[in-house]
Amino acid sequence: MVQPLGTLKESASQTAGPYVHIGLTPNFSGITGVYESDLGATIVNDRTLGRRITITGRVLDGTGTPLKDALIEIWQADAAGLYNSPSELRGSADPNFSGWGRSATDGETGEYRFETIKPGRVPFRDGRLMAPHISFWIVARGINLGLNTRLYFGDEAAANAEDPVLARIEHRVRVPTLIAAADGDSYRFDIHLQGEKETVFFDI
Amino acid sequence: MTDLSNRKPETGAFFSRDRLWHPPGLTPGYKTSVLRSPQKALLSLDGTVSEITGPVFGHSILGELDNDLIHNFAKPGESAIGERIIVHGRVLDERARPVAGALLEFWQANAGGRYRHKKESYLAPLDPNFGGCGRTITDEDGHYAFRTVKPGPYPWPNGVNDWRPAHIHFSVFGHGFAQRLITQMYFEGDPMIWKCPIVQTIPDKAAVEQLVAALDWGNTIPMDARAYKFDIMLRGRRSTLFENRMEGN
Repeated sequence: MVQPLGTLKESASQTAGPYVHIGLTPNFSGITGVYESDLGATIVNDRTLGRRITITGRVLDGTGTPLKDALIEIWQADAAGLYNSPSELRGSADPNFSGWGRSATDGETGEYRFETIKPGRVPFRDGRLMAPHISFWIVARGINLGLNTRLYFGDEAAANAEDPVLARIEHRVRVPTLIAAADGDSYRFDIHLQGEKETVFFDI
Repeated sequence: MTDLSNRKPETGAFFSRDRLWHPPGLTPGYKTSVLRSPQKALLSLDGTVSEITGPVFGHSILGELDNDLIHNFAKPGESAIGERIIVHGRVLDERARPVAGALLEFWQANAGGRYRHKKESYLAPLDPNFGGCGRTITDEDGHYAFRTVKPGPYPWPNGVNDWRPAHIHFSVFGHGFAQRLITQMYFEGDPMIWKCPIVQTIPDKAAVEQLVAALDWGNTIPMDARAYKFDIMLRGRRSTLFENRMEGN
């Protein structure tokens, strides 16, 4: 016999199902009057520091069909590379930037959209700077456990080249799946759940 | 966003996720998973500051009826139809420590098993006084509670005759983005739990049982509402002893 560790097991995940928008974006789903607005619908305000950007894209299944019932959340640092979180001990983040957003994919087109700012660089575990990136979390009907990935920026070639996370991708042909195409202040980031262009997902 | 806890914020990386305990991505008995599950290996990444941090929500976002699904969509003086229940419990992490300030969002079908959604086609009627969503934030001890009606079971297009057991969907935020979790709560004694292809995506019976809320007779309010107790466990954090110092710490 040994002493018990006394640890518990994480609650098992279950799919968000086809009606996740009732719970997480009720106004979007047509249930109005319960919450004033949907949480995470706005990330920035007039005083947020940093370069305004727009991110759009779709989540595609193994046949290339866009998911019209997915939900995406993003989490990112502010323009100075600080997170608006109590666990951020390196400094105080921009109080006018939440860093967290939530978007349903459109019921007709499957498009998601975020209006945010370009994040600053934050350190890897060993202190090296990571390239600017945004954490993505994707849930939907048919996804049994939320999927984690990252968006990197297509106009940050030098930073991406030295990013310690991108460097760990053995099959270099897959690196572009994490890089959003830049068009001025707009970035395009499609997420492929399966197939040749399957996005690199993380076990974090 | 404010930190509700008086405790010092924790910055350890999270325990690695036990992916044999969670449902795998590909579960052919749940047909929609077949084309929506990644087929390549995940890239393992020990938590960086991007995963260790996460948004925290203050009570200021909550409206008075957010944790009362019986009334939050109902016309004044009316209430939702169905078995009145209270769902309560604690959010703990894998170290059995309470998670304070955790935002919980929940959604469910009405008492007849019908969701208020334009893509829902079940012939059971809508309840004009039931919307089906609610939210709350855990207190200092990780406790939460909300009031609702017991959702009905409903058929869904998967197998020819598949039915979902009565369930409530939960979305949970801890303190780190890596703790983000969506799960479902089932009800003690429901024989339909064990017939459900979505429940069956979970490989371990003990993991399913951990999602079944117990009828809590002690907290049942006489002549009003029965109580169900449902604890939710999130990933725990490593102690930061002997960790490499992160730049700036």
